[in-house]
Amino acid sequence: MFESLSGKLSGVFDRLRSRGVLNETDVMEALREIRLALLDADVALPVVRDFIAKVRERAIGQEVIGSVSPGQQVVKIVNDVMVDALGGAGVVPINLNAAAPVPILMVGLQGSGKTTTSGKIALRLLQRQKKKVLLASLDTQRPAAQLQLQQLAERAGVSSLPIIAGQTPLQIAARAMDTGRREVFDVVILDTAGRLAIDATLMDEVKAIRDATQPAETLLVVDAMTGQDAVVTAQAFHEALGITGIVMTRMDGDARGGAALSMRAVTGAPIKLTGSGEKLDALEDFHPERVAGRILGMGDVVGLVERAAETIDEAEAEKLARKMAKGLFDLDDYASQLRQIGKMGSLSSILGMLPGGAKLQQQVGNANLDTKMLKRQAAIISSMTKAERKNPDLLKASRKKRVAAGSGTTVQELNKLLKQFDDMTTMMKRMNKMGQKGLMRQGLSALMPQGRRPF
Amino acid sequence: MALGGFLSRLKQGLSRTSEKLTSSIGAVFTKRRLDDAALEELEDLLIAADLGTAVAAQVIANFRRTRFGKEVGEDEIKIALADEIAAILAPVAQPLVINRSLKPHVVLVVGVNGTGKTTTIGKLAQFYAEQGMQSVLVAGDTFRAAAVEQLQVWGQRTNCPVVSGSHEADPAGLAFDALTQARASAADVLLVDSAGRLHNKSALMEELRKIIRVLQKQDPTAPHSVLLVLDATTGQNAIQQVQVFKDMVDVTGLVVTKLDGSARGGIVVALAEAFNLPVHAVGVGEQAADLRPFDATAFARGLVGL
Repeated sequence: MFESLSGKLSGVFDRLRSRGVLNETDVMEALREIRLALLDADVALPVVRDFIAKVRERAIGQEVIGSVSPGQQVVKIVNDVMVDALGGAGVVPINLNAAAPVPILMVGLQGSGKTTTSGKIALRLLQRQKKKVLLASLDTQRPAAQLQLQQLAERAGVSSLPIIAGQTPLQIAARAMDTGRREVFDVVILDTAGRLAIDATLMDEVKAIRDATQPAETLLVVDAMTGQDAVVTAQAFHEALGITGIVMTRMDGDARGGAALSMRAVTGAPIKLTGSGEKLDALEDFHPERVAGRILGMGDVVGLVERAAETIDEAEAEKLARKMAKGLFDLDDYASQLRQIGKMGSLSSILGMLPGGAKLQQQVGNANLDTKMLKRQAAIISSMTKAERKNPDLLKASRKKRVAAGSGTTVQELNKLLKQFDDMTTMMKRMNKMGQKGLMRQGLSALMPQGRRPF
Repeated sequence: MALGGFLSRLKQGLSRTSEKLTSSIGAVFTKRRLDDAALEELEDLLIAADLGTAVAAQVIANFRRTRFGKEVGEDEIKIALADEIAAILAPVAQPLVINRSLKPHVVLVVGVNGTGKTTTIGKLAQFYAEQGMQSVLVAGDTFRAAAVEQLQVWGQRTNCPVVSGSHEADPAGLAFDALTQARASAADVLLVDSAGRLHNKSALMEELRKIIRVLQKQDPTAPHSVLLVLDATTGQNAIQQVQVFKDMVDVTGLVVTKLDGSARGGIVVALAEAFNLPVHAVGVGEQAADLRPFDATAFARGLVGL
């Protein structure tokens, strides 16, 4: 989401890095570029001004001018100010410190993703905290909105409040809390209709709901693609309801997401969660330091490792490692590895999390490689006989033709796969020969086939 | 459907935008010399209205040429701004014309999640019904929970048949069947809904292309219109959205929704500048009657508070 801003800022910093000592003019020039980049990234104007002022204050003077590597220094200052503005380091969890059933109120504009997010939070509380969750839709405005939440509840495996046509949102809220108490639910999520902060009638309605239910959390759901309006919306909802947290949705898009900076700045409420997909488990904690790192082109390695840890089957990984150590790695193992990588998401989204990956990500996107390539490779392998998978050397011209035809690919693609597999086994043999110490001494470069780069 | 009604609705919808923009303009320009500092402040105000840095700079460059150093009042600034913006918007203000000889004129509605595609289809169906045209609606969003039911409610409201399949049915197959049905009943318009999708997800974009390919098996000229529905509160990412959708599915026009809420809507100006795609209609509310043709002058005047 923040790639473009990363790109712009790294352009600015590249120029800074290339100079020995910075003077005030250089800093001012960089700040102008940063200002434009932030504005193009939809960070609200007053927030940009504030941000720039803070960076200037810290940048001009001893800290930068005359220091050894001024460019690096500015990068660090911008990063620090960005992390601060996004809420400082660390995750702020959903607050459930209230008498059960704990009410959570979901509010926001139309189409920001409240209902989907409600379903996601329900699933998260169920899976991670073993909470008994009741979902209740108070959306009597949009056709079939209540039905949508009911269907999401079924998918998440949680309960939803039975729909009674003709009830007002306030009546539904009261019934939800009542059901929550009677049937001993831990949490009741109240999903409200989308509304504009300027719509006085609807704002009064949601205020009445808040007063009646006294939610432990009032979460404002905001689309990461939102423009300058984010600041106005956040402020209005905050003034009316007292927002306790923000959820940013559609973080899997390529919007630069400046709204995150804006909303945090005007409400002071922490961004608690981010939505990054349409599946119910696509809800993640918001890490200010990581997002800031991503804005500045430093990648999100922590996020990548975390995602890998969550998706990769540990037992299978260990089995693979043992086989590798013995030099018994065959094409079947390769295929299982492909599947594991596929589970982590598209290649381009993985690349996006690596430092400097944004550019690569674009190239991969353009080449339309992505998971499709992994699937094709898996298809090629599954078109081979068991013997061929154990011993790829069996694959000569006529067998190759058969496998290519069987998997709907070409012999060239098959050859490419075999070459990759060959490189990989060579790498493993070298790794085994070198042993742990050799690897430490020579680093990863010792493993790479000669004259080749990892990408 | 009178023009007066439209203007007042649009004005109402844009009132917050204009309040915002004009109260700031008022603060800057009660009466002062239009110098560098003043121009810079004005540029910032345009940026804050989501016009984007490039378009804001362009408008300001024109101001600099004609008015630099002059003493100006608030109204003068407003009129000049409106003229400037209307000039950019005028070429794109084109209504969607349904070709009644096609039977049906196929309209595919696309966009990212939550922009208001289904609601827009409901409103369009109402609009065409008022003009005496029969529409068939296709519940092509087979992904999101209850999207089909949502469109069915609109079908009942507007008295239009809705073609729907089961959850996670293939939207392309559904569109194909619906086209067969619409041709048999000689309907005037076929409105095809699609699931919301982020433009950077290539697999989902490919799925949209498939809908088009399949439609073309029956009618090589279909879809006759591909409408991209855009949320007016979207920031600069809208440009990326339009670019990708245009490249992938050959978007023929835009519908800008939620103009009742956006303090800005200035992104429309940036889009007109960048793509020159027709803006067919704007959504200014949740009711069936809240979809209106796009009027460049009214929009520009509303934007600056005239």
